[in-house]
Amino acid sequence: MKQVDARGLSCPEPIMLTAEALKTTQGPVKVLVSEPVQKTNVEKFAKSKGKKVTSAEKDDFFELTIE
Amino acid sequence: MNITFSKSKLTIAGVLCGCLAALLAAFGNPANMAICIACFIRDTAGAMGFHSAAPVQYARPEIVGLILGAFIISVVTKEYRSTAGSSPMIRFLLGMIIMIGALAFLGCPLRMVIRMSAGDLNAYVALIGFIAGVGTGVLALKNGFSLGRAQSTHAASGGVISLLAVSILVISLCTSLMKVSEAGPGSKHAPWLLALAAGLVFGALAQRSRMCFAGSIRDVFLMGNIDLLLVIVGLFVSMLVFNLATGRFNAGFDVPGVIAHSQHLWNILGMYTVGFAAVLAGGCPLRQLILAGQGSCDSAVTVLGMFVGAALCHNFGLAASGTAKNEAGELVMGGLSTNGRVAVVICIILLFVIGFTQKRDKA
Repeated sequence: MKQVDARGLSCPEPIMLTAEALKTTQGPVKVLVSEPVQKTNVEKFAKSKGKKVTSAEKDDFFELTIE
Repeated sequence: MNITFSKSKLTIAGVLCGCLAALLAAFGNPANMAICIACFIRDTAGAMGFHSAAPVQYARPEIVGLILGAFIISVVTKEYRSTAGSSPMIRFLLGMIIMIGALAFLGCPLRMVIRMSAGDLNAYVALIGFIAGVGTGVLALKNGFSLGRAQSTHAASGGVISLLAVSILVISLCTSLMKVSEAGPGSKHAPWLLALAAGLVFGALAQRSRMCFAGSIRDVFLMGNIDLLLVIVGLFVSMLVFNLATGRFNAGFDVPGVIAHSQHLWNILGMYTVGFAAVLAGGCPLRQLILAGQGSCDSAVTVLGMFVGAALCHNFGLAASGTAKNEAGELVMGGLSTNGRVAVVICIILLFVIGFTQKRDKA
């Protein structure tokens, strides 16, 4: 599975990296972000592209799976 | 409650923020400043003696409220994160640059929208520069710009800016150490408790809605997403209604006494600087205060940069003057000094260097 590590990056880099990953792969994409605001932003973006998003909270970051 | 998924809730958040700005203007703040972040950081720097421009010295409780409001709501909603380490000194420089640009135009993007709602045509001219600046920032982002990753840090570190904000409020209320303007914009202010309360609510709403003036246009350029723009439109509409209803709407360029000037090129370049720098810093001056409140030490450093930048602007004569009437009743045109013009050009050059040399590490 393609993985995007966007932990610690400022707005709007997590979305830009996610968009890039979704463009270059057909399969699911795993996105790692540090902050709740980034998690919400990536979720919103993925849903706007018609994707399904599931998320899990890890120690100090969020792991989102977009498919 | 996450309001960012609902366009109507985002718009309502903007309308409520506009109502708070109107309330502050009705109760004594300079009408078309209301809750200008650049002006109020500048006033606070003046109150603490970092510059000596007598008309713009007052420790604004709104700034304290905005930081604290974001801090409290982020703790309650478990969004508080103490982070640091994403190119802090470049962010400090960006904070200074934002302030130099803002004081060339005479206001931050929030005040630009408030001025637009009061009919100030100079603000519409400046909007062209702001949009172009955000657009240039977006080009830098598409070219791989990044200030690198922030890391988690000790929880207390992210709370220091809130502690400093409370200290400023306590010192201003309990001692006579702070300077207070006897005339000019700094002498016009709402009662402190109202100003603090409005700042707290505004800060909480801005945190929940992710309100960002640069982000609103950036997201349109990048993704065609208007969500953040709706918050700004909501704020504009409620301030427009207030200005029309109270006779404060005055369409024109050379209106004396509204603390604005009509040097179009420098209004455009001033806000171009702010828009470009804000995209590189990850948010407008308001957003920097909110992010600082919710624990970002990097944004706190940007705020400190704005604070120092504001002092520098007045100490070195970089801030513009507003069009006003002199004692004889004659119109004296305001504008940007030669020092200010040189500073804005240097800032734009620096932004291009930062924007197109700081690249994201390959994952």
